[in-house]
Amino acid sequence: MALYRAHVLICHGTGCASGGAPKVLEAFKEELAKKGLEKEILVIATGCHGMCEFGPIVVVYPEGTFYSQVKPSDVAEIVEEHLYKGRIVTRLLYKEPLSAQKVCHYKDIPFYGKQHRIVLSNCGYINPDNIDEYISRDGYQALGKCLVEMTPAAVIDEMKKSGLRGRGGGGFPTGMKWGFCAASPGDKKYVICNADEGDPGAFMDRSILEGDPHAVIEGMMIGGYAMGADEGYIYCRAEYPLAIKRLQTAIKNATEYGLLGEDILGTGFNFTLHIKEGAGAFVCGEETALMASIEGQRGMPRARPPFPAVKGLWGKPTNINNVETWANVPRIIVQGAECFAAMGTEKSKGTKVFALTGKVKNTGLVEVPMGITIREIVFEIGGGIIGDKKFKAVQIGGPSGGCLVDEHLDLAVDYESLTAAGAIMGSGGLVVLDEGNCMVDTAKFFLEFTQRESCGKCVPCREGTKKMLDILTRITEGKGVPEDIDRLLYLGNQIKDASLCALGGTAPNPVLTTLKYFRHEYEAHIFDKKCPAGVCQSLLRYSINTEKCIGCTKCARNCPVSCISGKVKEPHVIDQDKCIKCGACMDNCPVGAVVKG
Amino acid sequence: MVVETKQDVRSMVQEITAPWKGKHGGVIPVLQETQKKVGYLSREAMEVVSEELGVPLAELYGVATFYAQFHLKPRGRHIIRVCRGTACHVRGSGKIMDKIMSMLKVKENGTTDDLRFTLEPVACLGCCGLAPVVMIDDDTHGRLTDDEAALQKFLDQYA
Ligand SMILES: Cc1cc2nc3c(=O)[nH]c(=O)nc-3n(C[C@H](O)[C@H](O)[C@H](O)COP(=O)(O)O)c2cc1C
Ligand code: SF4
Ligand code: SF4
Ligand code: FES
Ligand code: FES
Repeated sequence: MALYRAHVLICHGTGCASGGAPKVLEAFKEELAKKGLEKEILVIATGCHGMCEFGPIVVVYPEGTFYSQVKPSDVAEIVEEHLYKGRIVTRLLYKEPLSAQKVCHYKDIPFYGKQHRIVLSNCGYINPDNIDEYISRDGYQALGKCLVEMTPAAVIDEMKKSGLRGRGGGGFPTGMKWGFCAASPGDKKYVICNADEGDPGAFMDRSILEGDPHAVIEGMMIGGYAMGADEGYIYCRAEYPLAIKRLQTAIKNATEYGLLGEDILGTGFNFTLHIKEGAGAFVCGEETALMASIEGQRGMPRARPPFPAVKGLWGKPTNINNVETWANVPRIIVQGAECFAAMGTEKSKGTKVFALTGKVKNTGLVEVPMGITIREIVFEIGGGIIGDKKFKAVQIGGPSGGCLVDEHLDLAVDYESLTAAGAIMGSGGLVVLDEGNCMVDTAKFFLEFTQRESCGKCVPCREGTKKMLDILTRITEGKGVPEDIDRLLYLGNQIKDASLCALGGTAPNPVLTTLKYFRHEYEAHIFDKKCPAGVCQSLLRYSINTEKCIGCTKCARNCPVSCISGKVKEPHVIDQDKCIKCGACMDNCPVGAVVKG
Repeated sequence: MVVETKQDVRSMVQEITAPWKGKHGGVIPVLQETQKKVGYLSREAMEVVSEELGVPLAELYGVATFYAQFHLKPRGRHIIRVCRGTACHVRGSGKIMDKIMSMLKVKENGTTDDLRFTLEPVACLGCCGLAPVVMIDDDTHGRLTDDEAALQKFLDQYA
């Protein structure tokens, strides 16, 4: 391999790519060629760094200089100053929101300081389309070790010892699950990777597939060897075209290297891998529905038992794991189960990747050891709330999860502690809410999602979620009645108990937890007909402060229903009966005379 | 993408089904491919799939109507997907949806009369860091606002 004196890593994850990263890469190639540096400096397209909000991101090694929001027009300066003269372009460094200081190096950015990147260790460092780069970072070493040195039983033992639990939401111990499938009689078995990532607000699986596809493939092969499966499926959302493309390339390259196919590494182990594109149904993330979908049927869950380990895809023993679970496998084998089990809490080992979004300063993907507190995630990694507003809650676990409040800030995050607080680990979506978010609206948002995605097979979920949504809608429109709160509680608990699959079984969680911690907000909507956060449109009232109004007529000109009257230079008034509460007047008033409340 | 005659549809679909004959699990990939080529799942196309794969039309219809991805009616040349995932919701994607609806005079999941655009809501596009996000065809656009002039300029790129 040729030696280069510097590497320029340009993030090509979906976030940065849509922000123009491919054009930045082109510009680098052009500039370097112009200066005759193309033999000295290597330009590489990588996966996501998790800081997509500040993309396109460019990292220059060996120093590890971290440039954010790089445009093609900035490239000439980076090449001239940094790569040619060795002077950092301060203007483009990432500005840390807490201290407002510019940070030079990757390792000094507080967003990364508390993180512990194992699953994401390759994301942003290697070119995911280049199998050699994966191999150079211990890639496929774990597979070799398993095939040559370990028996299938020893591999399963190692997984059990590591304490790894499923990252797809349920948290079932992975080693034990593999043990069931291995023990299940049958000469044909399958392994499946669940890449349906349905939680609206989580994107860790996407980033892993886009940034380090070989890790998932290697994990699946190790699983296949341990359980006696020679065929695997990756079921990936169709909304993730880039992830699918990277997987296709990875499978092709691994096959060319003899790492996939027949008689792998000369050990007699065979393994083939297929990609299945999902067709847009959240419920297909549920394992039995997912298998029905691969078989070409409507993706509806079925009752378990029989579990997939006994009767799975096409009736054969099958093991399904989540993307992040599979990606952990090679690392556990290479570093040893003890090393993995040393991290985390008593019952939850290793790390978890969270998608931190909402009203925090730093949003993005963060990988943290189990047992970290919510406070550390929100205030240290996330940098606190935007505009230094007041923290209100975090919604964790997406539409199946629940909210946590002030009193939980110092809770050590693991599977058990979250369940005890009424939320779940789920896929790892973590949405931070501030005082400007209405909790009734938030609960309604999640329930709208689950209601729409209910497959309709069982009544409690199909009809129950609809009824709950009707009640919530009524409350946000100011038509709630006093009995509504009890009805929501009753319905919610019934649906949880009686639904066939976990979609219905968890759908009421957002409503039940917000009722637990924010009952007063529901009451304000129902009894006072007010939305304390000023979010629910029907309960809002726009009016013009006659003292402040300068009569500029801007509001009247921008009102889409022409319901503002008044002469030039005289105070204006809003006709409340006609107002559709769009807020255009407020946005356009130059002196802030329009008030909402 | 424009398919003229019935014969075209037949031979096109036959080409798609050929590798799946006698194998299991072909229904969804075949429908996906058919939709990609024909633009939508027309009655004729579905009939050919049914004949070729030996799967009853009713069963195909059941599958096609279950998944959000399949469409039984013609769609616009460009598909606008407004992200209605959590991060985008919290940062105002509802307003963007409303604005585009009023600009194009279509409802959610509707198609403009000139078949130029189809407007759909979608759950998380996986780039929440750029919220609010809109995807047009395969291009992802982030950090949008509901400013009409800016949106217009943005839609004008798609003829
Ligand atoms: C409605 C519903 C949606 C689900 N969506 C996903 C998903 O998108 N990704 C995932 O890995 N697991 C999802 N699951 C969990 C899977 O059923 C299954 O437990 C998981 O894939 C097992 O893998 P793990 O043991 O590695 O977590 C979902 C479950 C339900 C009930
Ligand atoms: S709980 Fe809901 S999604 Fe699950 S099987 Fe019943 S209707 Fe379908
Ligand atoms: S909120 Fe909208 S409809 Fe109401 S007065 Fe203001 S501009 Fe007009
Ligand atoms: S896509 Fe570039 S940092 Fe996430
Ligand atoms: S919520 Fe819109 S991209 Fe994730």
